[in-house]
Amino acid sequence: MNYFLAQLVNGITLGGMYALIALGYTMVYGVLLMINFAHSEMFMSGAYIGLGTLLLLSNAGTQNAICKVLPFLSFLKSLRGFFTSSTAGLIILLVIVLAVAAVLTGGLGMLTERFAYRPLRHAPRLAPLISALGVSIFLQNAVLLWIASNKPFPHLISVKDISGGMHLGITPVRIMIVATSVLLLIALDLFIARTRVGKAMRATSQDQDASGLMGINVNSVIALTFFIGPALGGIAGVFSGIYYGTVTYNMGFMPGIKSFTAAVIGGIGNLRGAMLGGFLLGFIEAMAQAYGSLIGVPAAYKDVATFVILIVILVFRPGGLLGSSVVEKV
Amino acid sequence: MAEKIKEMTTPSAATDKKKGAAHTRKTSKTTTILLIALVVVMALVPFIFAALGQEIYTRILTLIGLYIILALGLNILVGYAGQLDFGRIAFYAAGAYAGMIIGLLVANALPASLAGASFIVAIFAGVAGAAVLGGVLSLAVLRLRGDYLTIVTLGLAEIVRISAQNNILNLTGGAGGIPTAGKNLPHPIGLDWLQNKFYYPFGNSGYALTFSPKVYWFLIILVFVVIAIIITRRQENSRTGRAWAALKDDDIAARAMGINTTKTKTSAIMMSAIWGGVAGALFAYVQGVVSPETFAFFGSILVLAIVVIGGMGSTKGVIIGAVVIFGTPELIRAFAGPSGLPFIMWQLPLSQTVVDTISNYRNLVLGLVMVIMMAWRPDGIIPMVRPKRFLTTEAHEKIQVAGEDSVAALAEDDLVKAGDAA
Repeated sequence: MNYFLAQLVNGITLGGMYALIALGYTMVYGVLLMINFAHSEMFMSGAYIGLGTLLLLSNAGTQNAICKVLPFLSFLKSLRGFFTSSTAGLIILLVIVLAVAAVLTGGLGMLTERFAYRPLRHAPRLAPLISALGVSIFLQNAVLLWIASNKPFPHLISVKDISGGMHLGITPVRIMIVATSVLLLIALDLFIARTRVGKAMRATSQDQDASGLMGINVNSVIALTFFIGPALGGIAGVFSGIYYGTVTYNMGFMPGIKSFTAAVIGGIGNLRGAMLGGFLLGFIEAMAQAYGSLIGVPAAYKDVATFVILIVILVFRPGGLLGSSVVEKV
Repeated sequence: MAEKIKEMTTPSAATDKKKGAAHTRKTSKTTTILLIALVVVMALVPFIFAALGQEIYTRILTLIGLYIILALGLNILVGYAGQLDFGRIAFYAAGAYAGMIIGLLVANALPASLAGASFIVAIFAGVAGAAVLGGVLSLAVLRLRGDYLTIVTLGLAEIVRISAQNNILNLTGGAGGIPTAGKNLPHPIGLDWLQNKFYYPFGNSGYALTFSPKVYWFLIILVFVVIAIIITRRQENSRTGRAWAALKDDDIAARAMGINTTKTKTSAIMMSAIWGGVAGALFAYVQGVVSPETFAFFGSILVLAIVVIGGMGSTKGVIIGAVVIFGTPELIRAFAGPSGLPFIMWQLPLSQTVVDTISNYRNLVLGLVMVIMMAWRPDGIIPMVRPKRFLTTEAHEKIQVAGEDSVAALAEDDLVKAGDAA
């Protein structure tokens, strides 16, 4: 029983990350009817940006190197002690890192929309997909060539199991990831459902042209979509860095496909579906890894489980769990 | 009135020739002769390379040939039928593994004298393996829209790679590839005989015309490339090919015209799978080893880039794309290496770091070029030539002269001025 609960905790943690990334996929699909293949690279970029910010704020070596070039940043050196010593400082550091990663990754998302997708708004179906693929390859290799193929991410938060003798694997890291994910998801849901801008986004995803006629600035709404989605993905990236202790140039590939599967499970285009799908997929993956050997499937096949689920859902219920069963009307 | 309309819309042979309307795609006699000559020259080239000690170019050309076959297969799915496919590497892997596994089985079961047969069996096995995978894919995507096909192919490719890596059904041998230790490798037909018989030294110069395995594989691949080109071109101009084109343009309209889109999509998937299997089985023998690292996701992207950038649907574009995109880093490395430039044997004075940089940056540039190409030339650098019929009357000329103002142009025409509705 304990083992099951431990796997449940593991699954929810993964699920939180998948849900955040899945939101990016589903929002873009809802508004542009396009699968944004570059989204997995937003996840990766967020991790690298988060790492950079973290090092800039808390690492002596980085600060010394930067201050030689930009001396006005030397005030950061004095802050370093505050950040690294106390719990309050740690929390503030974390918030700053997440915020910076979110904003910069969101900016990156807006840039890619502006230059890689907007010119192709009226192009044949294949063009934006291939363009997205090109962006994805470009970003992966840019990071590989110009930054580093992989870098260690310092463990900010204790990974000690605080569940005591029960060995449930409830570590502060996991608590933070799950708590922040859930908070962000609730915040996004409220934003979409209760604010005017949220209403504009919902309208644009229903009918772009009619929304334009109603006075909604469609380009702004799309830009906002490409800010929020990648921002959440970037936050997930920072979480992944903290959780696994490393960032790699191709860390986005697998989580990207899995999160897309999560979005499809929940019904692509449906925000609550993406959240549900994310947690569900995290749960399934943890269970497959833990108990798969009981049915003769070794743990290494857990990724295959995700793909098989994707294919099964697409064949039998393409609308996903929360979506309508999609009937193509002619 | 009615006669004039009839005259307008019925192209006659005379006017067609005048306007150069291309309504068939028959290759002219001169082009055919030139192509045959090109193939013959290509067949002779590796002997020259072997004699000059520049065998590395034979190897590069062989690999380029494999990628051409792969790209032609993808061309069917992406270029002719308009379905995006990220899982090319799955069929390549299926062909390679099936070819090697069955080939090993057969080679060790047959007596040595019949060993050559195992090679043919292996090729068919590779095709069969890829075809099975293609069937699975077709079943999965029957009811899906184009975007989902892409993701499913991606998932399929990863399933194949992970399964192969984990020694599924104890066949694929894990991360190290299929274990071939202590077993007879399937024997290429006639290689020994050719190697023994074919040796013409040039006097005492130390150079000789030999028949090494590299030359053998190049010729085999050349034969298959030519076959692939002929078959895909003929298919493109057949009923099936036109059904694919209809699917690409508008599948709803195609269905309205009575084309069975499910069958058409399936045939496109299966044909492209078959070429992937052929390339994979050949690759297994050229390389001699079949291991999962070769089948990483990036291979699919590379082949896709060749088709997309080279020309979606055009054979010429695909060939040139394969040479440029796949060949460039390898060729530059060879130019700067000890063999020097082909035939000239002058070593390009590039340092090792420059060569490495070019290899490393190839992928980066590829991504950038894909984005730019979609905005600039979405059909590829050498786009497909689609058969068209042109209006061949004065109305057409007037439209051409007046340009945008075609309505005004038509108003000058007697028909409309007469006030009659057609």
